[in-house]
Amino acid sequence: MTENQTLFFQKFGITHQDLQRYLSEALSAGGDYADVYFEYLTSTGISVDESIVKSASQSVSAGCGIRVLAGERTGYAYTDDLAPEKIMRAARTAALIARGPAQQPVQGFKESNGHTLYQVSSHSVDADIASKLELVIRADRAARAFDPKIVQVRGSYADELRQILVVGSDGTFATDTQPLARFSVVCIAKSEESSGKGTAGGGGRVGMDYFLTEKTPEAFAKEAARQAIIQLDAREAPAGEMEVVLGPGWPGILLHEAIGHGLEADFNRKGTSAFSGLIGKRVASEKCTIVDNGTLPSRRGSINVDDEGSPTKNTVLIENGILKGYLSDKLSSKLMGLPDTGNGRRESYEHIPMPRMTNTYMLSGNDAPEDIIRSVKRGVYAVNFGGGQVDITNGKFVFSASEAYLVENGQITAPLKNCSLVGNGPDALTKVSMVGNDLQLDEGVGTCGKDGQSVPVGVGIPTIKLDSMTVGGTAR
Amino acid sequence: MAVHTRVLTENEIDLKEIVAGVVARALKAGATAAEAAAHESSEFSTVVRMGEVETLKEAGSRGLGLRVLSGNSAASTYSSDFSDEGIERLVKGALELARITSADPFAGLPDPSELGIVPGDLQIYSADVYALPPEERIDHARRAESASLSSDPRFKNSDGGSFEASSGRKVFANSLGFLGERRTSRCSIYAAPIAQAENGLMQRDYWYSAARSFARLDTPEAIGREAARRTLRRLGARKIASTKVPVVLDPMVSGSILDNVSDAVNGDAVYRQSSFLAGKLGQRIAGENVTVIDDGTLPAGFGTTPFDGEGVPTRRTVVIEKGILMSYLLNCYTARKLGMQTTGNAARGLAGNPGIGSGNFFLQKGDKAPEQIIAGIKQGLYITDFLGFGVNLVTGDFSRGATGLWIENGELTYPVEEITVAGNLREMLSNISEIGNDLEFRGATAAPTIRIDGMTIAGE
Repeated sequence: MTENQTLFFQKFGITHQDLQRYLSEALSAGGDYADVYFEYLTSTGISVDESIVKSASQSVSAGCGIRVLAGERTGYAYTDDLAPEKIMRAARTAALIARGPAQQPVQGFKESNGHTLYQVSSHSVDADIASKLELVIRADRAARAFDPKIVQVRGSYADELRQILVVGSDGTFATDTQPLARFSVVCIAKSEESSGKGTAGGGGRVGMDYFLTEKTPEAFAKEAARQAIIQLDAREAPAGEMEVVLGPGWPGILLHEAIGHGLEADFNRKGTSAFSGLIGKRVASEKCTIVDNGTLPSRRGSINVDDEGSPTKNTVLIENGILKGYLSDKLSSKLMGLPDTGNGRRESYEHIPMPRMTNTYMLSGNDAPEDIIRSVKRGVYAVNFGGGQVDITNGKFVFSASEAYLVENGQITAPLKNCSLVGNGPDALTKVSMVGNDLQLDEGVGTCGKDGQSVPVGVGIPTIKLDSMTVGGTAR
Repeated sequence: MAVHTRVLTENEIDLKEIVAGVVARALKAGATAAEAAAHESSEFSTVVRMGEVETLKEAGSRGLGLRVLSGNSAASTYSSDFSDEGIERLVKGALELARITSADPFAGLPDPSELGIVPGDLQIYSADVYALPPEERIDHARRAESASLSSDPRFKNSDGGSFEASSGRKVFANSLGFLGERRTSRCSIYAAPIAQAENGLMQRDYWYSAARSFARLDTPEAIGREAARRTLRRLGARKIASTKVPVVLDPMVSGSILDNVSDAVNGDAVYRQSSFLAGKLGQRIAGENVTVIDDGTLPAGFGTTPFDGEGVPTRRTVVIEKGILMSYLLNCYTARKLGMQTTGNAARGLAGNPGIGSGNFFLQKGDKAPEQIIAGIKQGLYITDFLGFGVNLVTGDFSRGATGLWIENGELTYPVEEITVAGNLREMLSNISEIGNDLEFRGATAAPTIRIDGMTIAGE
C-alpha cells in the first residue's frame, strides 16, 4: 500500500467496497462516468515584515468531491465530512444530473502508472518551523544589505503537501502525494524623487531543503532588491507598435496567455476559442515549437497524475509554427474523440476538473541572445512580468512588464516604467523572427486562474524577438 | 417557506459554542489572548449552455480558524476538522507557532471599548435565495441565455447562462468576551453570449445581476438582453493609432479604478510605504468633484457586515472629501502603527493576521447623465473593459489592455480593441473631469461613469 492509500484507507477508514458503493450511488440515475476525488491538504506559511516574523500559520483540510458525467452534462457535489453517509449523500446529489437507468461501475480497480517526478518529503511540512523562519529572516537581511535605498522588505515562505486519491467508474484508481513550496520576496526602494518595487521568488514540487541548497533566500532577496533599485531610474515607456524582445524564463507567460488558454480543449469543444478549427494551420512562425509538459521533475506545474487520475504527458501544441494539438481532460477527450493528455486539473475537492496547463514553454532555437538584442533598431527588451490575461473568444491578450528596457540601435539604453504589452493570440507568434538558444524555465511562482479556480503552473521561453507588438507606455 | 438546500441547518452544530470553547481552550493552554472564527457555507450553481444543462453543483463546507497571542507574538491555525481531536490540534499548533514568531509591540486585540456590532437588520441574509425549486433555478439560467441568443441571428454560440445561490454563517469570538454571528446570502443570474461577425471573428461579453435576496434580482430576460447589447457592440472591433484623447469609463470599469484607490488607502500598504497615497493624508489628491466613501453598513450591500474581522463595528468613513485625502482604511494593527484609530476594516482570511478589506467602497455620483458626458467629447474613447493587471500601486503607474468604442463628435461609433490605456493614478485622480449620475452597486466597489483626461492610448 502506498502512503496515500494508507492515509485514506486507515486514517479515514475508507475501503475498496466503500469506493465501489460511492460510484454505484453516483451512477444510480444513469450517466456515462463517475469519479470520486479525495484530498487531504496540509500547509504552512511564515512571513517576515519590517525584519520581524509577524505571523506563522498552519492549515489542514480534507474533503471529497463526486462527479457524474452524462453526455456534456456534469453533476458535482462535495463534502468536507468524510463519514460514509455524507459521501453517499454527495453521490446522490451529483447523480441528479443524469436521467436514466442506473449504470454499474466496472468491478475492481486498476492502479494508474503515474510518474515519480518529485521526492515526497512528507516531513517537509512538519519540518522544524524554526528553520523555515530562519529562511525568511535571511531574505530580509540580504535585501536590506543590498542597498540602503531598500526601505521595506517582505519575505514569505509557504509549503503544502497535497495527498489525493481518485477512483473512477471505468476502474481508474490513482493516488499521489504532491509537495509544493514557494519562497517570495518583495522589496520597496525609495529615493528622493521616486519609488520602486521589486518582486522575486521561486520554488516547485520540492521541500524546504531546496532553499538551503539550490536557490537560497539571499538569491531571491538580491533579485527583488535589484529590480526595485532599477525602477528608481525608470523612464516612461513608449507607446505604440514596435520591436519587442522577451528575455528567457518567466516572459514565457506570453505563451500561457497568447496560446495556452486558447488551446484548452473545453473552449475548442464548444467552439468558443479564437483557435477553434485551426488545427493543422499556421499560428506561429516556423521557428516556434511549443509544448505543455507535465512530466518535468520537481517543476511547479508538474504532477505525476492529473486530478482525474490520468498520467501527465508532454504534449506538442505548436510544431514549427503549425497548430498540432489541444490540452484535454476526460470529458473533452471523450466528446471530441481526442487522446486524454492528462491535463484535467482542479483547485481542490470543491472544484470540477477541467483542462488546464502544466508547464508551457517554447523550445530553444539557434540565435544567440546578444545577436537578438543587437538586431533591434528601436524597441523594448522585457525581462520580467507581473500577470497576464486573455479573452479566449477574440484572442486578445495582455501581459504586464515589471522590468523592461529601451533598446536603441542594438544597445540597451534605459530602464522603463511598468507597461503592458497587448496582442492577438492567433497571430502574435507569427511575428517571431528570432528564437534564442537559451531556453529557461521560470523560477516556480506561477499560479493560473480560470473560472475561479487557481492551480500552480510553470512557463518557459528562450530569448525571442517579435517584429511587432503593441507596447502600452505613455511616451512617444 | 420551502427551503430546498438545507446544508446550513442540517449539521445542527452550535458554532457559537464551538468558537467560544476554542478561545477558552487556547487561554487555558497558555495563550495571552485569542480569537476564533468558524464559518459554514452552502452553495448551489448551475450553468446552461445552448439550452442544455452543462453543470449542476451543490455542496456545503465549513472551517475553523484560531489566532493566538502569546505576549506580543501571534500565530494562527485553520482546520476543516471540528472534532474534539481536531480542535485540540488547532489549539496546540497555534501555541507552538506563537513560540517562534517575533514579539511585535503593535500586535494585539482591539481595545475593549472598540468592540461592537452594528445594530438592526442590515438585510444581508435572505432565505429566499434557495426558495426556487432546482428545476426553476435551471430555468432562470436557461431564460437568461435564451433571451440573449434569440435576440439576434449573429449569436451563434454561447459561454452559457448561470444561476448561483449561496449562503453562509460566520461566528467570531475573542478572549475579551466578544461573540458575534453573521449570516449572509447571495444569488446571481449571468449570461455570456458569443456573437460572430461576417468575417468569422467572434466576440463575447456578459451581464449579470447579483443580490443578497432573490427578490432583488433583475429578470433573466433583462440580463440576457443587456448581455446581448454589450456583446453585439464589440463586433467588428479594430485597433486604432496611438493617441492622447479623453477617455470615458463605463461603470463596469470605473469601479476597477476605485478598487485601485481602495488598495492604495489600505493601511497595510500605507505603513509599508507601498502606496502612492502613503503620507498624503490631509493633502489634495484629486479634483474638488471627487468624494470617495467606504461604508460597511449600507443595507443589503455586498460589502456590508455588522462587525469586522476583529469584532469592531463597521461604519461610514469618508476616504476622500472633495479631493482631499481624509482617511485610510485601517484595522487595529495598522491603526497602532500609524498612530490612528481603527476604521473597522479588519478582514480575516482563513489563517494569518487580520488584513484589511473595504466595505461598500464608492465614488459619490455627479449630476451628469452618461450620454451627456459622451456628448461633450469631440474625439475620445469609451472604455467598456480592461484586461490585465498593469497597475503599480507603489508608483501609481497604470497601463492596462482595453476594449471600447470610439467617440466622434459626441457619439459612440465603431468598436476598438487590442490597445492599451496608460497614465499614472496620481494624475488620473486629478484628471477626473466629469462624474456621471449613474452610481449602481453591482458589487462591493462601485463608481458611476467618469471622464478622465490626459491618458495615452497605445495602438498601431
